[in-house]
Amino acid sequence: MTNVLAVVEQRDGVLRGTAREVVSAASRLAGQLGGSAHALVLGGPGIADVAGTLGGWGAEVVKVAAHDALGGYHPDGYPQVAARVAKEGGYGVVLLAATGLGKDMAPRLAAHLDVPLAADITGLDGEGGKVSLTRPVYAGKAFTRITVDASPVVATIRPNVFQPVDATGSGTVETVEVTEDPASWPTRVVSFEATGGDVPDVAEASIVVAGGRGMRDPEHWGLLEDLRASLGDDAGLGASRAVVDAGWRPHGEQVGQTGKTVAPKLYFAIGISGAIQHLAGMRTAGTIVAVNKDPDAPIFKVADYGIVGDIFEVLPRLTEEVRAVRGEG
Amino acid sequence: MNISVCVKRVPDTETRIRVGADGTSIDPSGVKFVVSPYDEFAVEAALRLRESNGAGEVVTVSLGDEAGQDILRTTLAMGADRAVLLKGQVTPDGLATARMLAAELEGHDAPLILLGVKAADDDQQQVGPMLATILGRACATAVSSFEVDGDKVRCRREAEGGNEVVELPLPAVLTITKGEYEPRYASLKGIMAAKKKPLDVKDAASVPARISVETLELPPERSAGRIVGEGPDAVKELVRILREEANAL
Ligand SMILES: Cc1cc2nc3c(=O)[nH]c(=O)nc-3n(C[C@H](O)[C@H](O)[C@H](O)COP(=O)(O)OP(=O)(O)OC[C@H]3O[C@@H](n4cnc5c(N)ncnc54)[C@H](O)[C@@H]3O)c2cc1C
Ligand SMILES: Nc1ncnc2c1ncn2[C@@H]1O[C@H](COP(=O)(O)O)[C@@H](O)[C@H]1O
Repeated sequence: MTNVLAVVEQRDGVLRGTAREVVSAASRLAGQLGGSAHALVLGGPGIADVAGTLGGWGAEVVKVAAHDALGGYHPDGYPQVAARVAKEGGYGVVLLAATGLGKDMAPRLAAHLDVPLAADITGLDGEGGKVSLTRPVYAGKAFTRITVDASPVVATIRPNVFQPVDATGSGTVETVEVTEDPASWPTRVVSFEATGGDVPDVAEASIVVAGGRGMRDPEHWGLLEDLRASLGDDAGLGASRAVVDAGWRPHGEQVGQTGKTVAPKLYFAIGISGAIQHLAGMRTAGTIVAVNKDPDAPIFKVADYGIVGDIFEVLPRLTEEVRAVRGEG
Repeated sequence: MNISVCVKRVPDTETRIRVGADGTSIDPSGVKFVVSPYDEFAVEAALRLRESNGAGEVVTVSLGDEAGQDILRTTLAMGADRAVLLKGQVTPDGLATARMLAAELEGHDAPLILLGVKAADDDQQQVGPMLATILGRACATAVSSFEVDGDKVRCRREAEGGNEVVELPLPAVLTITKGEYEPRYASLKGIMAAKKKPLDVKDAASVPARISVETLELPPERSAGRIVGEGPDAVKELVRILREEANAL
């Protein structure tokens, strides 16, 4: 029997959007492997409040590690505690989300367990009892199917790729004693300065509005922000490297081979030409929309829908129209 | 202070990937190989620290086949003092890579080890923190700038939704992202000097890979879609399609 552990994220005591995807991927895989899905959440005192939600998504057992020192992510503490839970539970598979946090935590967790890590996977299959994983390489220019000859198989799943499954249930809650000594964790988190407010990270947003050099000036980003806001809370902002290099936008927003690889369900490329390095990072998006004044721009070769036109005329109208239709529905 | 930097040889980001005859790796013919872009930032960061300290040695280390000498020469031309090529298999098993690098780096007297935040080929973002865990060192990932202050290093890192400052005791491992470290070009003088700098070639520790690649495939071509129209008049139709046909709004 192979059980699957979903390690989920919270921020300020609230589960992150990817939590449901990780639990869903775990429960689907556990079904194929003939085992059950468990979830682990680490957080400050009071984090047990989210256990019921995780149970409702299909986690048969919800493990809760609550401790003052675990309220926010700690790069030494989180992987240590999670590795111990994974080891003690004898899990065959451990899944995390390939978010900023997951990308920092999962390699350390895998190293503590002395097993490899399959990072940022877009496919996961356990038919026939054998786990096979798909992951993008060359920033999405190609995909590999891999197998891991170690136990547990540890993987991070790319946000927005794994669909939630319908589940019912409540899940048994188990408390994990935190026996690790926070004084032995060498890293000291000094400060955190939020840049994006509540706007989701481009790698996690389910809709991305990305701007390129065609925006002409950083002052014009208000137009993109308006469109983003009209699309709802799950929409994030992206940028081409040209605008990041120009210092118009932070590197954290860069999409592409030397930025983030994203797979939102809807991607708007506004004034982006579609260089190979940019396409690599967003070509697996569900639906791609391009606005560009050049009908020969390479972005139109991958876009599902395009408008040939001037950003400064099209964008305000687009925002208005999106507001109108969303307002109705 | 001595600094060791791990650098990987990867296809230039301009490369159009073709699948090789084995069906599990790329066809390398005609592909230009370079120092992975983030590793160049790491080399640059190390050189700047050495310059501001006025002392210490920058050593670059690469795991791969003989061909890796070319990118190591590039790092020497940028200004690294010496280089080590570990001959061994490069696989998607980042833990195996980290173990092979750790076996070499354990012997370096370097309080700082720098890596790229991710390699531009496998894009795993894992070798740095794994290496740190193996060596029992503190680690900060996605560092955009850092300062050494006595026996500590203070790092500004690109965290989700903002910038984080963390402080680690030395010795430490940092993975570098794009920040202030725009890499320098090698000068002609640097290129000449690089020819005389030491480049050790040795066998890597033998660590079997536990990830196997079954297939390598190109994603289905995205077919060019539809130009809905020109200018703002096309907006209404676009939004209708996104809502009713693509189910995306
Ligand atoms: C090693 C390396 C790594 C790289 N990594 C990345 C990466 O990760 N991500 C990335 O994005 N790039 C990357 N690049 C850069 C890439 O090659 C391109 O230079 C970059 O993507 C171009 O950005 P852009 O599309 O914003 O600008 P441009 O190519 O200048 O395109 C601007 C577009 O805006 C359109 N436009 C202009 N004005 C208007 C208007 N008023 N209305 C409508 N349309 C307008 C133009 O027709 C044009 O198509 C990398 C390059 C290298 C060498
Ligand atoms: N074969 C290698 N040789 C030297 N350094 C490597 C190698 N593979 C990975 N690295 C280092 O680890 C970083 C992260 O790689 P990855 O985890 O594969 O994305 C790279 O940017 C390099 O600094």
